[in-house]
Amino acid sequence: MTTPLLKVDDLRIALAGDGITYNAVEGVSFEIGRGEAFGLVGESGCGKSITALSVMGLLRRPLSLGGGRIVLDGEEIQDASAAEMRRLRGKRIAMIFQEPMTALNPLSPVGRQIAEMFVLHQGASWREAMDRAEEALRQVRVPSPERRIRDYPHQLSGGMRQRVMIAIALACGPDLLIADEPTTALDVTVQAEIIDLMAELCAAKGTAILMISHDLGLVANMCNRVAVMYAGRIIESQVADAIFATPSHPYTRGLIDSLPRLGERARHGRQRLTEISGVVPSIQAYPAGCRFNPRCPAVTDICRTIVPEATSLPADGLVRCHHHG
Amino acid sequence: MAEQLLSLDDLAVHFKVGSMLAGGIKTLKAVDGVTLDVKPGECLGLVGESGCGKSTLALAIMGLLLPTQGRIHVGGQRISGDTPPDRMEMARTVQMVFQDPYASLNPRQTVRRTLADPLHLHGVGDKAEVEARVIDMMAKVGLRPEHADRYPHEFSGGQRQRIGIARALILKPKLVICDEPVSALDVSIRAQIINLLLELKDEMGLAYIMISHDLGVVEHVSDRVAVMYLGRIVEQGGWQEIFEDPRHPYTRALIAAIPDPFHRAAATVAGAKAKGEIASALNPPPGCHFNPRCPMKADLCTAEVPLLEAVAPGHLAACHFRDRII
Repeated sequence: MTTPLLKVDDLRIALAGDGITYNAVEGVSFEIGRGEAFGLVGESGCGKSITALSVMGLLRRPLSLGGGRIVLDGEEIQDASAAEMRRLRGKRIAMIFQEPMTALNPLSPVGRQIAEMFVLHQGASWREAMDRAEEALRQVRVPSPERRIRDYPHQLSGGMRQRVMIAIALACGPDLLIADEPTTALDVTVQAEIIDLMAELCAAKGTAILMISHDLGLVANMCNRVAVMYAGRIIESQVADAIFATPSHPYTRGLIDSLPRLGERARHGRQRLTEISGVVPSIQAYPAGCRFNPRCPAVTDICRTIVPEATSLPADGLVRCHHHG
Repeated sequence: MAEQLLSLDDLAVHFKVGSMLAGGIKTLKAVDGVTLDVKPGECLGLVGESGCGKSTLALAIMGLLLPTQGRIHVGGQRISGDTPPDRMEMARTVQMVFQDPYASLNPRQTVRRTLADPLHLHGVGDKAEVEARVIDMMAKVGLRPEHADRYPHEFSGGQRQRIGIARALILKPKLVICDEPVSALDVSIRAQIINLLLELKDEMGLAYIMISHDLGVVEHVSDRVAVMYLGRIVEQGGWQEIFEDPRHPYTRALIAAIPDPFHRAAATVAGAKAKGEIASALNPPPGCHFNPRCPMKADLCTAEVPLLEAVAPGHLAACHFRDRII
């Protein structure tokens, strides 16, 4: 078997609280192959974004890496120095964020922010870099890029800003693009365009994607494989099609069943939505055993005491549930 | 014809923006000629993207913004540019549930105070009756009596939205405007709130205007649906007509934009997707506002504003090619 592009192994992220350290993420393992699109899905607070930040080496206090390995292309990077990480970021791994306005520098024209990538990572001259920035803007289909490179972020719409972010992220042809809720702040019709653009550019350049979102539908459409996180752990991971056809964890099933789906009412009439009872637990009060147990319809005694081990599913899938199926 | 609870007649709300010094004063037509009805007990889904005027429309119906042109009839009151509504009467007729239950509750008021104050204001003087109605309303939205003395920060997002719903319903309004009521909530909580809203609607005979960009939610709850684009209604009709036989290309683009993992083929309806972004409401394109993004654009679309006309009884679309089936 070829080495995966990114291997995250038994990742633990510590959150320093008032004298106590909590595990915001624990036992998270996944692999992403070259050019593969991998989705990490979960609700707010489940640890999906900080998992991505740990891969970028961007965890800051009170968060820190508590254990585990992050291997990029055969090389362990979890203990890499700040200088080494700075060389990797932008060049080998790039990231785009939910809110492009806060991720872009408001005081610098967008062309300059793209060109910076070529200057810093490839030693290009500013003159050459600005030409390539214009080309990069054209690739993300910003209209009249020759004028737009001189615009400041506030002069662009939300969708255009996210295109600029994508241009910056893909400027140096990274091996891995991390997209953290890249379209949540955008309108639905714009969202569809940005997702298509991202998928198309990454496919053309062979860039792998780690897509982070709360929207299971969006992720399943775009990704080859999907992992579902709940309260700091991966509870299920499967091939994208399979996760909808045969969800194995009660939480995944609950998520899929609880969303009103287009066309459902026309086919079956209006039915009461299946609710997931209770609320997402807070990190200070994660329940013992399976963390979903207080909300689970199939809970038994074992779920309240013993953390379920991973069970294999067909096609490299896995599920962590005592009563999966 | 059934008595309408709400009817909007050619409603427009315009704002003056800019200054004489900086480029002159422009008119922003946030709502531009909207005609719409809501019957008692009916749920109207209102769909559109940011900047299309949904929220301005909601505020006008609440009586918080006066129309620039046209009239609003709601529960026996008539509002127009020169006849402002009676606020107290309006509060007993129309109420609103807001998107963000963190920002829309007073952090310094207990649940009891949040729910009792409107009753005091509206002349329910008897202490025992106020208490009974508060506790009853809390039970209706799934809160326990001991929650009454807690503050908003002690609740989760879903529970806060229950408080927001209770506050909207405590005066027994006839119409409730729900502005993205679940989009700020955790995905696993949304079904609880949608089910609750539907139960309360049946129980209390409420009419809803459900504003949402989540078409799955809109289809699930609505009896009729109106689609807005840059201040105008571009299509309206029964929920089944809108979702199964959409006639405006913008409606089709909205539906095509939803990632549907169950019907992947349908999710990429060829040619249905919109291109580009919404134009500025300050400077909308001439003719049909959607024309720069439309896959069906023709010369006629830049020259003439398409009227909102019937394709079938009760199903209207503002498109020159509303009869062209794709």
